Amino acid sequence: MNPFNYQRATAPEEAVHAVSAHGAKFLGGGTNLVDLMRYNVEHPTTLIDVSHLNFTQITNTGNTALIGAGVRNSDLANHETIRTNYPLLSQALLSGASPQLRNMATTGGNLLQRTRCYYFMDTAFPACNKRNPGSGCAAIKGFNRIHAILGASEQCIATNPSDMNVALAALNATIHVQGPKGKRTIPFADFHRLPGTTPQLDTNLQPDELITAVELPAPKFAKHSYYLKVRDRQSYAFALVSVAAGLEIDSNTIQSAGLALGGVAHKPWRSLEAEKFLAGTIVSPDAFRKAADLAVAGAKPQEHNAFKIELAKQSIVRALTLAAQGVQA
Amino acid sequence: MSSQRCTDIEEHPDSPLPDQSTSLTDVELSRRSFVKAAGILTAATATGIPHLAAAEDTQAAAATTPQTMTLTLKVNGTPHSLTLDTRTSLLDALREHLLLTGSKKGCDHGQCGACTVLLDGRRVNSCLTLAVVANGAEVTTIEGLANGDTLHPVQAAFLEHDGFQCGYCTPGQICSAVALLKEHKYNTLSTVSFETGNTTSPELTDNEIRERLSGNICRCGAYPNIVAAVRAAAKGVSA
Repeated sequence: MNPFNYQRATAPEEAVHAVSAHGAKFLGGGTNLVDLMRYNVEHPTTLIDVSHLNFTQITNTGNTALIGAGVRNSDLANHETIRTNYPLLSQALLSGASPQLRNMATTGGNLLQRTRCYYFMDTAFPACNKRNPGSGCAAIKGFNRIHAILGASEQCIATNPSDMNVALAALNATIHVQGPKGKRTIPFADFHRLPGTTPQLDTNLQPDELITAVELPAPKFAKHSYYLKVRDRQSYAFALVSVAAGLEIDSNTIQSAGLALGGVAHKPWRSLEAEKFLAGTIVSPDAFRKAADLAVAGAKPQEHNAFKIELAKQSIVRALTLAAQGVQA
Repeated sequence: MSSQRCTDIEEHPDSPLPDQSTSLTDVELSRRSFVKAAGILTAATATGIPHLAAAEDTQAAAATTPQTMTLTLKVNGTPHSLTLDTRTSLLDALREHLLLTGSKKGCDHGQCGACTVLLDGRRVNSCLTLAVVANGAEVTTIEGLANGDTLHPVQAAFLEHDGFQCGYCTPGQICSAVALLKEHKYNTLSTVSFETGNTTSPELTDNEIRERLSGNICRCGAYPNIVAAVRAAAKGVSA
């Protein structure tokens, strides 16, 4: 780990100003950044600790919920509003990492979680376009069992590892940020990027912008949602495939749906096509199978991960089925 | 707030610790960085590789010099003032600077849970917590759980149920289990709660215990007895 300066920010303006210095980075819970610093993948010269900013509240404004960027994952998952109105988010958060890590990790930090691609995390491999732009991709011809089947490019086949992000995609969240030019909001679908020719950029957040909050629209899936995570171990492992499924059901007819996949792409993979198809259909296995086909359409496997295509389809059908069954009394 | 350091083996004037422990750590750090940098240089010279990714990393590392900060940690009720390199993890501060070696270093990457301590009452991985981040916080380690010679109920339950073999993961398991029981009293949920549909106030079944302790790995595989110990301690707590 390289030496660094440490500063505790007391106001967002101060944090945004401080991070404009060359090599400075924000520090939230540190569960990912400190780890990557220890692997020498990240080497900030200054850490601006934003975990003491006053962004630790969850507030209801009208029908929406505003989650402060500093809210810890465990607190978010267990907050009464989230448990009652957005159980999909609670379930996704609790599927990730361990209780210790969830006590540390923040909402803002989880949004910026970096890939678990082995070649990105190990500097012994010189080729990684995400770590060293232009150096190549060791994963494409390497061991790529955990890698992307959707939206990948010839430069990068990494996946986004977050569970929280998959639920936020299905819930159609909005990200609030603050930069030197003021505040702005970013629709969740536009927040994370596909790798294209610039895989070094995970998101459309500018380097000097600070995430201040995540906004959730009025709850629609409180009664019918499920987060299904398929992984090599039963717990404490990253997803091979995960599915966030939310359904709004009236008299066995789906009024609207939210559907997103994790572990399959560089960003949480929301399928608007599947959501559109499901809206107006009767709850049935056939409808769910059709939605699964639509969500995974265009999937392109690497050498070692073709199994993910069928796994994703089956997982979608199962998640939608469990979501339709609803909250057990 | 922070001051530059001239040499790696400078002693900390404010450190309450024997000089030896402080300097040993720093000498080791310095030797490790030196060997690594020397190895990279040698490799680059020998192979004539013009562009080595790791060499760039070394340059980046050399761009700044070690920074120190003076901070306060209240550990097991006792406040300590420490002057530490900002890179120091809470785990290393506890083990190498305060000589509280009960908390263990397993993976040093937040994957095994051997380093679990309570930070302001919440379980965290002390290996991924920078000491400077914990500045001003209260830390409880395995050394702080017992009340004099009276073991904490979770410690007693681990003894009673033989919840360990080699014992290396045990301090982390016990700190984690202490927090688990407290969290459960506040009706927190786990993924198992969703799978079973008990999302109001889930009972602490064996499956719930396993899921809620999944951040602590035991290479000896003492899990059945660990679950039995936590189950017993839970009954004691609720009684």
